[in-house]
Amino acid sequence: MTGGDVLDVLVGVCLVLGGLLSLVAGIGLVRFPDVLSRTHAATKPQVLGVLLILLALAVSMRNGADLATLVLIGGFQLGTAPLAAQMIGRAAYRTGRVHQESLVVDELAEHKAGADRPD
Amino acid sequence: MTGDVRPDGPAVSRRVGAGWRALRRRLPQRRRWRDHLFTVGWLVAVWSLLWGEFTWGNLLGGAVVAVVILVFLPLPRVTFGGRLRPLALAEFVGRFVAELVVASVHVGWVAVRPGRSRLRNAIIAVRLRVRTDLNLALTAEVLSLVPGTLIVEADRAAGTLYVHVLDVRGAEDLTRSRDRVLALEARLVRSVGSDAELRMVSAPTTTTTTEPGGSP
Repeated sequence: MTGGDVLDVLVGVCLVLGGLLSLVAGIGLVRFPDVLSRTHAATKPQVLGVLLILLALAVSMRNGADLATLVLIGGFQLGTAPLAAQMIGRAAYRTGRVHQESLVVDELAEHKAGADRPD
Repeated sequence: MTGDVRPDGPAVSRRVGAGWRALRRRLPQRRRWRDHLFTVGWLVAVWSLLWGEFTWGNLLGGAVVAVVILVFLPLPRVTFGGRLRPLALAEFVGRFVAELVVASVHVGWVAVRPGRSRLRNAIIAVRLRVRTDLNLALTAEVLSLVPGTLIVEADRAAGTLYVHVLDVRGAEDLTRSRDRVLALEARLVRSVGSDAELRMVSAPTTTTTTEPGGSP
């Protein structure tokens, strides 16, 4: 097996793993009970899936300009996914779209109850 | 909620404006220029990467775009008061990648595991030890990606993050999540924090016992 073959195998493994993680993230979106749980699926496996696919692309293309663009895409993915998730989660919580039965502890509700009491 | 800037009218914005001017006067001129130069350099780099090559034309175009952004879309200044520690930063990145893999596999497994077992979650309050805006923002940003957590709300005045934890099986899972959040904060401060902040996170954890809510 030559060096090129090894790299091709690496590219294939990264593509398949990335695809699987994105699939799993999609399944999570369908199966999880509320917005907050679904946002977990939309951040972690989804981001790692995209990063793996970008890594596969970087290894197969191997040229400077494309690599720079891929780094930029990966960086923005890492930077924006948590921000979007936080805004969605915050809006969901404030509008009461939380599956209360699945929450064992809610210290934010306790905090808000405590803050309202002196009024 | 505390920490929000409400557009309550001209009186508030005037007060905020006066506050900014006072703050600006206190900041040394040299540091402001350093921050500006850093921002311009970063924007020029992104601009060149977007075009895919570093040419004189791209550098010039990027500089023009950066100056236009700085002049017309100014942001509240976040001054970087710490210093970069390359070794700690490398450790941070390594742990980040490892934790991202662990968290992804965990969430993925929860998504596909067979049976209609009930999913149990929790929202816990974690009080950070370093309560600067920059630390709060960085920790919140990284937390939504790594240790199986998600930020629901941030209380800027109290330096407290409200964190959603997926798939909680017992009280020890909550304690572990809390410890992980604080460990992440410590790694972050070790990488980019100032020496004073570093002392705050490496001191014995006396402040963490005063968390609102406490353990369940």
